[in-house]
Formats: sequence, C-alpha cells, structure tokens
Amino acid sequence: MTPDRIGSTGGQASRLSGPTGVPPVVALSDRQDALSAITGWKPVFLSGSSYLLPALMVVLLLLVSMDCVFGIQRFPPPDFSDHAVPETVVAAPQARGGGWLDVTVLAVGLGAATWLSLKRRSRVGIVVLSLAALAYFGFWRRGCVCAIGSIQNVALGIADPGYAVPIAVIALFTLPLAVALIWGRSFCAGVCPHGALQDLVLVKPHKVPGWLDEILRVLPWIYLALSVLLAATGSLFIICKFDPFVGIFRMAGPRSMLITGAVLLGISMWVGRPYCRYLCPYGVLLGVAARFARWRPTVTPDTCTQCRLCENSCPFGALNPPMPAKQGRERIASGRQRIVLLALMVPLAALLFGWAGGKVGIASLALHPDGNLATLVLMQERGELPAPPPDELTAYLQHGADRPAVITKAVALEARFVTLGRWIGVVFGLVLALKLARIFFPAGSNDYETDSGRCVSCARCFSTCPYELVRRGIPVPAPAKRSCGFQPLSSLPVPAPAKGEPNG
Amino acid sequence: MTDESSNASGERRRPAGSVRHPAEHSAANEPPPSGQTLAAAQVTGQGLSRRDWLKGGARGVGLLGFGAAAGFLGTRESKAATRWQIDPNQCIQCGRCATACVLEVSAVKCVHSFSMCGYCKLCTGYFEPEPINLDEGAENQLCPTGALQRKFIEDPYYEYSINKDLCVGCGKCVKGCNMFGNGSLYLQVSHDRCVNCNICAIARECPAQAFRQVPVTKPYLLRGKGAAGK
Repeated sequence: MTPDRIGSTGGQASRLSGPTGVPPVVALSDRQDALSAITGWKPVFLSGSSYLLPALMVVLLLLVSMDCVFGIQRFPPPDFSDHAVPETVVAAPQARGGGWLDVTVLAVGLGAATWLSLKRRSRVGIVVLSLAALAYFGFWRRGCVCAIGSIQNVALGIADPGYAVPIAVIALFTLPLAVALIWGRSFCAGVCPHGALQDLVLVKPHKVPGWLDEILRVLPWIYLALSVLLAATGSLFIICKFDPFVGIFRMAGPRSMLITGAVLLGISMWVGRPYCRYLCPYGVLLGVAARFARWRPTVTPDTCTQCRLCENSCPFGALNPPMPAKQGRERIASGRQRIVLLALMVPLAALLFGWAGGKVGIASLALHPDGNLATLVLMQERGELPAPPPDELTAYLQHGADRPAVITKAVALEARFVTLGRWIGVVFGLVLALKLARIFFPAGSNDYETDSGRCVSCARCFSTCPYELVRRGIPVPAPAKRSCGFQPLSSLPVPAPAKGEPNG
Repeated sequence: MTDESSNASGERRRPAGSVRHPAEHSAANEPPPSGQTLAAAQVTGQGLSRRDWLKGGARGVGLLGFGAAAGFLGTRESKAATRWQIDPNQCIQCGRCATACVLEVSAVKCVHSFSMCGYCKLCTGYFEPEPINLDEGAENQLCPTGALQRKFIEDPYYEYSINKDLCVGCGKCVKGCNMFGNGSLYLQVSHDRCVNCNICAIARECPAQAFRQVPVTKPYLLRGKGAAGK
C-alpha cells in the first residue's frame, strides 16, 4: 500500500488500492511516511552534517544546470557603435473571426437544417446546407472547433475549475443537443462537417445486418466513456487525437490520421455514415436527446398506406417497419418480463461495469503526463528503463527532479482516475441494460416510422413516398404489378394540400 | 414551425382504436376513471399519453440541464480567448515540435532574441559540434535546413537571424545555444501558422509539459529586452 507500487506492473489491478478494489484511502501521515521512506529526503537532512556537504553540492550543481534552462548571459552582448541591435519580430495571431461568428453560423445552420428537413422536406436543400457546413466548419475552420470534440472541453471544464471553455465550444456542445430534444438530429443532417463529408460520398448504400448493427452501436458508447474519463482527468483528448477527418479538412496531418480518414471515407461510399453510426461519441448523446424529440421527420407528409416503397430508402438503418404493439394480456405479460429483465440486469451491469471502470481508470493512469512521469521515475529507480532515458525523464532531471511532488501528484491522480472510472462504468452498465431491454422488448409502431434516436434527418426517404410526390405536384409513376399489397394510388384519397406548405 | 403540419398529419395517420383528440393531451396525466385498473387503462391506450407526458418532462429537464451547463461553463468563459505557446524555460529541445504538429511543416519556429545574443563568432547554435571550418559551409551548420543565417558585423561579431520560411522547429540550434551560449535562441509557436487546435497535438507529446494556453492578447512568451511589452 505504498506509493512505491505505482507503475510496478503496467495496468495490473490496484497498485495503490487494496486487492478488493477499495479506493486508496491512505491517511495523509501514512502517505508522508511512505514518501519519506522512498525519497530519502528525511535522512539526508536529519542524519548529521556529514551529509550536508554533498547535499549542498547537489543544490549548487542544480543551480549551475539552471543556467542553461533560464538562459544566463554567458557572453555579454557587444556594444556596437554603428550597428543597431534589431528587435525580435513575431507574427500576430491569425484573425479567426472570434467565437461569436461560430455561434451565429451554428445557430443559423441548425435552424436551416431543421426547417429544411421537417418543414420544407427538401433533400436538395439539405445537400446544399451540408456543402456549406463542410466549407465553413470543415475547410475554413479546419475541423476545429467541432461539436464532437467539445464533449472533452465540457468534461474538463466541469471537472477542473481552472479550465476555461471558449464560448463557441459551449454553444457547439449545448445547441445541437437542445435542438435534438425538440426536433431531432438536425445537427447531423446538415451542420456537422463530419456527417456532411460522409453523407456526400455515399453512392451505393448497403444494409448492415441488424445484429451487427446493434453490436457496432455499442462502440460509440465505449468511445464516449473513454474520452470523458481521459478528458476530465486532463490526460488527453482522444477524440481529437483519433479524429479521422480533421486531416482531410486541413489537407495535412500525421500519415495514420490521413489513412484512417481515407479508409473511412472509402467505406462511407457503401456503408452510410460509418463514423456517425459506429464511432461518433457526440452522436450517441444526440441520439439519446432525440428520443425525447417533440417533432421528428416522418416519411410521409400525410397518410401511411404501408406501400413499402420507403422500406429500403434509409441508408442508416433508422426506418422501422410496422410492428404492431402487443395488446391485452400479452402486452401486460411482456411489460412484466421487461421489468424483471431490467431489475436483474441494471444492478448486475452497474456493478460489473463499475468495477471494470475502476480497472480501466488505473490502467489509463500512464496516459496522463503526471502519471506517466511518476511511472517512469519509479521504473528508472528500479533500473528497468533502457539506456537512453526518455525525454520525459530528461526534462524531470533538468528541472530539479522534485520526486515527492511527482509522486504526491500521481497518488492523488490515481484516486481521481479510479473514482471517475467507476462512475462512468456504472452509467455505461445502465446504458447497456436499457439497450438490451429495447432490443428484446421493442416499442410497437403502426406505420413505417423513423427511429428518432438514429434518424439523422437526411431527408432521403421523403421522395420515395407517393404522398410526398402528390404533395409536391410531381406525377406519380404507375405502380408495377406487385403482390405485396400495394394499393393503386388512384384508389387512395388524395389529400388536400395544407395551407402554407411549400410547393403545395 | 413544424408544429401544425406534422401534428395534424400525425393525428390523421393513427389508425382507429388509438385515435386521440388533441384535447385529450391536457387530460392525459389525470388518473384513470374510478373503477378502472391501471392495466385496463394501459390497454385502452391511456398509457401512451402517460409516455408522452414523461417524454415532455424529460425534454424539459434536459433543456434546463443544457441551459444550466452552458451557464455554469459560461461563468468560467471570460479568459477563454487563448493561443498555445511554449514556455522557453520548460523546453528541453527534444525535437518533437518538428514532428508532432498537425501541420505538414510545424507551426513551431525558432525565435531569436537579438538583445540577449552574444554575437559570437563561434556560435554553438550555428555550428556542428565538430565543424570542418568555421565558415558558412552547409557541412558545418547545425541547422538541417539552413534557416539560421548569419551576417558579419565587425570583428569578431556576427549577427544571427532566423529565416522563418525555412525553419521547421526542430530545436537543434536552440539546444546548442542553451548548452553553451546565452539561450537567445528558443522555440515559439508562430501564430501566423498555428490553427489553434482544441488540444495542441504537440502539447500532447511534449515531454516537459512546456506547452500552455496563453491569452490571445499576449500570445508569445518572449525572452530578452522589450519582450514584456509584446
């Protein structure tokens, strides 16, 4: 139970906490004792004057080495009689239009996307808006700031009082979520440059099998959990680090980033929005918010006759076929089964993933610069480091090698990692349990309805609906002979165009 | 804005049996009539109204939550306009600035503080550790791109300057200058190139934790005379 055990075995169970996984509640005095036992600071100063001289020499040596750190004038600048010493010139920061421009563009974009997808029902409009978003948030702002990465700023901003979140980032995080709560995922439809990029290259969508789709849709939750854990502890922003498209927006970047981007973009030609559906951590937040949406895109502007023409129109698996809700006794029985399943699953999943979250927290300690440094310092003391010391250690030695400070920081950090990891694990477990309940006991629907959590309001399905064609005044093509219960349109009641509707 | 159209069509689309009149919405959260069990109420479709009511509540709570989060973070926003910068006192010239930046040629460049420079003839930032000759030959220079250039002023003084277009931010000259000289050469993020990423890719890789976010009004951490004014 000493801090000495940090980093002893990378990723192994609870280096500071007990084997039972109890949070490291080391009393302060214990910790100090442990520290002095390892650092040997106490003995140096307390065991007589024979140690004082070497100690002073160390201090002197440190001071001398400070020279190079703080730039001491070893060679005094010459006094020129006829030469003026130039001033150092630095470039002024690039004007970036300020955060409020981003906020304005975002608000206008969200309004336009909502209007185009829900009211105007125009796919062409959404495509045009996507191109504009791609141009502004993508290539002009070079993919930064973005709503997906804003999760991390918000997490760090809440966890760390000393961290200020820029106004554009606050808006990029909250506005799309607020809109999703009322009108669904308009942000994904035409404001997010990542979504726009994938959507615009989608040429021949293929369906992902249902079971695979459900499994892959867990990935963004894992990504979200990890990114919040690492951002809130101030370790690193993995969403930004592994962003596949930012390299494309900047037309530069590490090779791995560019290759990932190109591969994902290639996949998006056949699989609709792979990043949005199976990776995007902001997408899952929007999906949850959109489940509560008051209005959402509907395939038909009027009456669904279950003609099935829209059935395969959604490339994102967000269009549910009719599945009548159970009635009477069956409905009650199914409700009871669901409650039993949840009652069993929720505590189990919360406990299991809470435990696992703590483990993940400990394992990620070395991803924080302070945790990494403490690990390296202890490894070096045990002689486990290869010959050229890592740069982190060089920097540590050059800046005074304050070992107690490094270890104390790492101990506090590990406690934070474990606590946060557990909480995130509990939430993740709850999400999984609810996901399972929804898979086994789906909510019924009478018509072809969009899954509000998954629908990205792309407006593709609208034009497949014959009633939409009627609404727009486009001649409906004569139906082919089919045996699937398709009614001839002439037998349908033609709806009177509603007042104020476009093209009506 | 979408209220009328989607709501009206929604009502029309519902098949008989679960049809609800808009007026029923207000009565939705009232308890079922006496004598009717909860289960029976669910069967007759009033459970759906309860779901709507719950959804509405969740929506309200969510909106309030987002508002509160935005307000809370907004109170910490005042000093938010920042740029990334290197603290030259922390930098150990590891060379990662040249490779870790998201830009193809790093936004980090070497900066020279003329007022601190010793104008030495034998500059350890300029020359290879064991130069063949003490002249401007490329084989004698430490800088891999020839960005550190010098001009004869008077014996034995040379004035050194950085050609920013050539500098890649590798920090080799900085290391040489700090090791044996005055430390007048140092690395800075050049803000005409920096795109001010959400999190700086070099800051993430910096082994000395020398990167920090500084106010946009004072975006450089300069050394030497007059540096404070900039």
